[in-house]
Amino acid sequence: MDMSRLRKLNDYCWTAPLTPGEERGPVLLYGSELLLVNMDDKVLEQITNVARLPGLVGTAMTMPDAHWGYGFPIGGVAAFDADQGGIISAGGVGIDISCGIRTLRSNLMLHEVDGKLGALADALYHRIPAGVGEEGELKLSTAELDAVLLEGAEWAVRHGYGDPEDLEYIEERGRMGGAHPESVSDLAKRRQRGEMGTLGSGNHYLEVQVVDRIHDAQAATAYGLQEGQLLITIHCGSRGLGHQIGTEYLLSLAKAGGRLGIALPERGLACAPIHSPEGQQYIGAMNAAINVALANREMLTQLTREVFGRIFPDSRLELLYDVSHNTCKAESHKVDGVERKLWVHRKGATRAFGPGHSALPERYRAVGQPVIIGGSMGTGSYILAGMAESEERAFSSASHGAGRAMSRHQALKQWHGRELIDELAGRGILIRTRSMRGAAEEAPGAYKDVDLVAEATEKAGLARRVVFLRPKVCIKG
Amino acid sequence: MTVFSYFDHDADIGVIGRGRTLEESFEGAAAGTFAIMADLAQVRAARSIRIEFEEEDLELALVTWLNTLLAEAGTYGLVLGRFRLVRDNSHWQGEAWGEPWREDMDRGVEVKGATLTMLRVAQGPEGFEARCVVDV
Repeated sequence: MDMSRLRKLNDYCWTAPLTPGEERGPVLLYGSELLLVNMDDKVLEQITNVARLPGLVGTAMTMPDAHWGYGFPIGGVAAFDADQGGIISAGGVGIDISCGIRTLRSNLMLHEVDGKLGALADALYHRIPAGVGEEGELKLSTAELDAVLLEGAEWAVRHGYGDPEDLEYIEERGRMGGAHPESVSDLAKRRQRGEMGTLGSGNHYLEVQVVDRIHDAQAATAYGLQEGQLLITIHCGSRGLGHQIGTEYLLSLAKAGGRLGIALPERGLACAPIHSPEGQQYIGAMNAAINVALANREMLTQLTREVFGRIFPDSRLELLYDVSHNTCKAESHKVDGVERKLWVHRKGATRAFGPGHSALPERYRAVGQPVIIGGSMGTGSYILAGMAESEERAFSSASHGAGRAMSRHQALKQWHGRELIDELAGRGILIRTRSMRGAAEEAPGAYKDVDLVAEATEKAGLARRVVFLRPKVCIKG
Repeated sequence: MTVFSYFDHDADIGVIGRGRTLEESFEGAAAGTFAIMADLAQVRAARSIRIEFEEEDLELALVTWLNTLLAEAGTYGLVLGRFRLVRDNSHWQGEAWGEPWREDMDRGVEVKGATLTMLRVAQGPEGFEARCVVDV
């Protein structure tokens, strides 16, 4: 990024001053100088476009893992006030609506499973439908799917996928309100028919990890984590239904922009006023897709528990937390001392409520919400805790991953899937995938340094590091 | 003949279709999109799907074409490898050939949808070019 266009506010927060004649809201870019220097200029271009949208409250901002996306940058956060003409943007949520991440904590320690990791990797690979063209076992009728759209993970638990206790540790208790199945096209529903309980591909994964380092002992204890403990993290979204809703509304809202009186700085920001029939219809469909994502991750959790139960009969997998990072949600935030209802877009950004927030499960309320930063398959991931300061700084938001540092196209030129998988196996990380291309595109070297992202997230006052996780087994889509 | 290539994008993949006609460039973009998911040389033309839509805006027509193909392929569990498109003003009629995914096929990565980012349909001295970023 051209740093001459930025003004440093502190070591981990930057702004882009207005140029003469420029009309937009303010922007903030969180991250260290090193992270920002290596970001594409498109990140700044995209977030300044977001700051031109109507009804923006406060600043449009990017998280330390930001990279160039479509519409919003990945790692983009912006809040809008419906009563001040604020909008909801399909490009601010993304095509994979409610793509998100959940971590399960096991009662197993690494030394107890070390000789069985190969068998575990093979069993997970055979049980979890992963990759392009793979279907799930469950085929739902439209009526059954409508129930999923309304009930989310609650539906999954009711049908034997997952434990009732899981719901406490999912955002919105596993069921997003305001879902309108009638706002979802028949094509979107048909597309989902074979996709319940599937992982998908690209950067989606199921990973077995070990707690390698503890940064915050108090929060680690609250989260039930200790060094050497085995965890499982699942990263995926709303599958075909969400993709169809995302693409349909991206087009229809882009076309409606002129009629709705919105001059889009870029068509990829396709949006509608929240107080408009078009905006309400999209919100109803988006909430339905959120429920599909929550149900899908719950179903994958059940498949994972089955596999662990076969190999480690005494194992117990409890849900630590499930959080989506492609959403727009109505939340209450204090702005200049006044409580306001805002629509917070997080595109590749994680909600990160600080200690004491009423939406948090009792168990975590004293330390803050678990925030999961999924890293690459060769480096590691972090679990952080939401900080009170994050509300004022970023509407309670934080980073969601390591963030890509290199395009998929470049990664394909640099790495070969088979060689990479062999090299990782030599380092004790077992990869199972159908796609050698996918493995190469997801090479650890194609991502930013997750340590730098997590450190910047903490030092920017967004979320503090709790534990670092080292990958042991990764099922890639 | 379908001709496609790719351009860099941080998170996703930029697809470019080229052709002597507008329709050929769209067919190239479709081939480029499905080549992210599979080796098109391995895809047999065992089944076909037909699609039809109305769109006046050429750029939005490209996105509609790609997203309709992706939706149909996803719905019926197909991988598509050959494409044909005919345009009559704002009316578009297409056909695509492929087959259900086979166990022995090399898998690439799933394309979730075509986006409006870097979207451009243009005519140059050597023909038409249709490009956009697809979300993977």
